[in-house]
Amino acid sequence: MNFSLPVISVRWLPVWRRNLRVWRKLSGPALIGNFGEPLLYLLALGYGLGGFVGEVKGLPYIVFLASGIICASAMNTATFEGLYSAYTRMAVQNTWGGMLAAPLDIDDIVLGEIIWTATKSLISAIPILIVAAALGAVHGWGALWVLPVVFVTGLCFGAMALVITALAKSYDFFIYYFTLVITPLFLVSGVFFPLEGVPQAVQIGAQLLPLSHAVEIVRPLMTGQAPPAPALHLLVPLLYAGAAYWLATVLLRRRLMS
Amino acid sequence: MASDLVVEARGLTKYYGAQPVVNGIDIEVHRGECFGLLGPNGAGKTTTLRMLMGATPPSAGSLDVLGYPIPQQARRMRERLGVVPQQDNLDPDFTVLENLITYASYFGLRGPELDRRIAGLLDFAALEAKAGVSIGTLSGGMKRRLTLARALINDPELLILDEPTTGLDPQARQLIWQRLRALLGQGKTLILTTHYMEEAERLCDRLMIIDNGHVLVTGSPAELVRRHIEPHVVEIHGGGVEEWYDTIGRPLVQRGERSGETVFCYVNDERPLLDALSRRPELHFMHRRANLEDVFIKLTGKELREG
Ligand SMILES: Nc1ncnc2c1ncn2[C@@H]1O[C@H](COP(=O)(O)OP(=O)(O)O)[C@@H](O)[C@H]1O
Ligand SMILES: [Mg+2]
Repeated sequence: MNFSLPVISVRWLPVWRRNLRVWRKLSGPALIGNFGEPLLYLLALGYGLGGFVGEVKGLPYIVFLASGIICASAMNTATFEGLYSAYTRMAVQNTWGGMLAAPLDIDDIVLGEIIWTATKSLISAIPILIVAAALGAVHGWGALWVLPVVFVTGLCFGAMALVITALAKSYDFFIYYFTLVITPLFLVSGVFFPLEGVPQAVQIGAQLLPLSHAVEIVRPLMTGQAPPAPALHLLVPLLYAGAAYWLATVLLRRRLMS
Repeated sequence: MASDLVVEARGLTKYYGAQPVVNGIDIEVHRGECFGLLGPNGAGKTTTLRMLMGATPPSAGSLDVLGYPIPQQARRMRERLGVVPQQDNLDPDFTVLENLITYASYFGLRGPELDRRIAGLLDFAALEAKAGVSIGTLSGGMKRRLTLARALINDPELLILDEPTTGLDPQARQLIWQRLRALLGQGKTLILTTHYMEEAERLCDRLMIIDNGHVLVTGSPAELVRRHIEPHVVEIHGGGVEEWYDTIGRPLVQRGERSGETVFCYVNDERPLLDALSRRPELHFMHRRANLEDVFIKLTGKELREG
């Protein structure tokens, strides 16, 4: 097995651009639909549930919720793209096979796909940010700093998803990943409720996982405050992204070059 | 490596698990020739081609393609290579034109020079009228021609084609043959696999027949027919053919084979056999020159290899 570190070159760009071209063609026109779901969530949960819970950690519940939903959406979007869409390109359409007959290597494809998943995270976060702003849940232009955090979150979960895709024998495999990894992560990362109430062990565990750190930065940014120790909080998802990037490259070399 | 050699493989070997799928084969392909790789299903043709293009590393042996050591410098070699894979992998979300533009981007190609080249390729593939059409609406022959056009996007010196005409109707196949001949006329080197012996006979300057990962024979189609098979074939069927063959036919033929209801007789001189047959009107027969298919069947056997 070839365990060497991924080779980084600008050859990821045509891989990314191919996916962008497909997205522009198929989903671009439906972009307006991306506003619907966050609007419903923020209205129903933010005001409905918010009416009961009032303030959470000194924030109106809708503000608390909006920052959580942005991070969760970044995670879900990158995960979905890195699982189902990437698997389709790898095993069903054999798009990667075509690229590998051209002067691109697996390392180029993996990097291009990971950056694409993070791009999809951005595409999903922007409408949420706009809806949240329209509902008054965002304080000032400083909230735009949320976007780089969303991008890093996308890199992290996109790369992790590609590891799963590299091991998958069919789409069915992905259900387990959602049930065993993504959904629990979603529930223990402070998206819907603060972690103070949950057992200590879960709180400590969540600190080792990437999503809670993204939430920790995004929440103050949404309310116009400087996040505490942003570099440290970014480091965790970045470490996950780096390790998964390397592992996905190694596994896909083995799978596709056999 | 002599500059005339486009592919030079020595002892090329590929194991999957304990199983050698390609077992120590030597290949030399010369610039400007059409080289055919033939063999039954599972013989190792696709695996061999995948090694040539650097898609999978050989388990043993040495390999140079276009002067580059493979797999070490496969990516640079692929800048000058075109590939038509066994299974089409056109981008279903794109139109014909978008497929070509996107594939060109993998080679870093863009701009007015590319536009000119794409116009030329659409013409070459007889797809000008289809430029804006999505892939799903193309016929099998059109898809294959688009895949060929796509493989030419970087104006490659060497073209690798894995079963380029499998599944096409005769008209579509003829059109592909014409285009491949045109490419040979431009001085390009072609390596192709095929199940159609008449395709190999028409297109290929030299052939290699492999089975179970071993080379059985190499040579020009005419050479292989001359060297490995008697020049005449008489195919006989009809009531009592078996008994007639056992008593009268056998001494008159160099080699006979039964396949179902038919006896295939391979002979150096067909006249004694045809004389004997003229006295048995109940037997139906067809006399023809031996061809590549006869060589192929002789070397690889008659039993069916399911794919
Ligand atoms: N990736 C692989 N893993 C395991 N076995 C393989 C793989 N690819 C091909 N084979 C086996 O190698 C043999 C040769 O396959 P292939 O080269 O595709 O034959 P051909 O193209 O001549 O029909 C077959 O028995 C096939 O099952
Ligand atoms: Mg094959």
